Amino acid sequence: MSGIDRRFFVAGAGAALLGAVGKSSGGTLTLPFANGKRPLVTLPGKREMILLTSRPPQLETPFSVFNQGLLTPNDAFFVRYHLSGLPTEIDPRSFRLAIGGHVETPLQLTLDSLRRDFPVSETVAVNQCSGNSRGFVTPRVAGGQLGNGAMGNARWQGVALKHLLAKAGVRTGAAQVTFNGLDNSPADGVADFVKALDIDHALDGEVMVAFAMNGEELPFLNGYPLRLVVPGHFGTYWVKHLSEINVLDAEFDGYWMKTAYRIPDNDCRCVEPGTKPDKTVPISRFSVRSFLTSHQDGAKVSAGQTTELRGIAFSGGDPIKRVLVSPDNGRNWQEAKLGEDLGRYSFREWKLGLKLASGRHALRVRAETAGGETQPMEARWQPAGYMRNVVETTNVEAV
Amino acid sequence: MKAKGVIIGIGLLAVAAGGATWALIDRDAGPEIVAARMEPVSFQLPEEAIPAELSDAGAEIVVNNCTACHSLEYVTTQPRGMGEKFWHDEVTKMVKVYGAPVAPADAETIARLLAERFG
Repeated sequence: MSGIDRRFFVAGAGAALLGAVGKSSGGTLTLPFANGKRPLVTLPGKREMILLTSRPPQLETPFSVFNQGLLTPNDAFFVRYHLSGLPTEIDPRSFRLAIGGHVETPLQLTLDSLRRDFPVSETVAVNQCSGNSRGFVTPRVAGGQLGNGAMGNARWQGVALKHLLAKAGVRTGAAQVTFNGLDNSPADGVADFVKALDIDHALDGEVMVAFAMNGEELPFLNGYPLRLVVPGHFGTYWVKHLSEINVLDAEFDGYWMKTAYRIPDNDCRCVEPGTKPDKTVPISRFSVRSFLTSHQDGAKVSAGQTTELRGIAFSGGDPIKRVLVSPDNGRNWQEAKLGEDLGRYSFREWKLGLKLASGRHALRVRAETAGGETQPMEARWQPAGYMRNVVETTNVEAV
Repeated sequence: MKAKGVIIGIGLLAVAAGGATWALIDRDAGPEIVAARMEPVSFQLPEEAIPAELSDAGAEIVVNNCTACHSLEYVTTQPRGMGEKFWHDEVTKMVKVYGAPVAPADAETIARLLAERFG
């Protein structure tokens, strides 16, 4: 029991309640993989979402949201925490962002100073959990069993990290920058959630300390009052409740970089199912993905008439060049029309009208980037179930 | 207020460079800077239930140890039928990697019980 906040002693009663807040309509949703039944809940600042875990809170966006616009509403944006020691109250008046380590002048910045003393910028960028879609990984792997809803696209407003680091004055020999938030571990043995970026990445002008998304302050569960935005990179780097930035003159060796969030160090980022990679590197950029959002698996459409298909595509920063749709499980492909370009880190909309003959059809959707990166027809596998980006299949029936 | 000319100047440079995807905000004409609320924001964790599969007296050792750090959906949402080694590895990870203060004998009991219930 040493070193642990054992808040609860639980007797063997069924369905005992351990907390106080949060509403459940009693509704459930079943994600399309085995053991995929999940409660639908409404947490503070959120609409009804798919509950993965209660403590720490983890919520998945219902997939239908992705068909309603290119920007994911704040109250529908997915939530992922690692450690259950969440702050219970954050006072913006006393909050400070500390910047220190290998710098000339350590800083303690107020939320007002961030807005007043630095150039404020905006960027539209997708945030996606490394383990988005893990529930579909076959053979199955341990971890958060997510459908495709651990992703979202928002317009982030904040200050480019390079301006903050310039103010502090990065000293010669800086190698990496670490990021820590107000959330803490529940036990002494658990490493605090701290992530690191190489100094060149931190200074690239794209990495941002964001205070707002989609024109509003960050919701609590998405990192109020500040979070790191690392365009094109998996959500593990988008540290929430960001309160400490440290410049290091050596490589950071904390658990969440050295041991966790590692991927196979090879071109496909994959290994034979059931095996382990010989060598690993920290996870970094998204691989290219695309989804059909207008039709769910099992949908019925009108035979012989044009069915308007719509969806989204995104990548780790290499612009989406084209999206191809196959009406017949990959034998033939047609190019979809791309929609408005909100920047190379944003969801890109695609649309295509298809006439389908009476019967069942396996629709496939495949995106390609300007640099030629595309999605595999067969899913790749890695032990942690990260980076799934197989060409998706949606079965529809024309009647 | 910052010198507007300087900000726009940097923005144009960025566009000329072609790589930047962000847009600096023109404080007179651009989108408004989202103001900071100056009231404390609080959050309480949601309700947590003991799943029926772990609500009997026999599963107390699981409930009491695992809920020290996390809610029990972490257990019940895992894929089923993964075999004894899967659960043994998970419990070992919690103790060895995440430092869960669980006695070795209890860890064995927990792993066996999870394997029995969830396959």
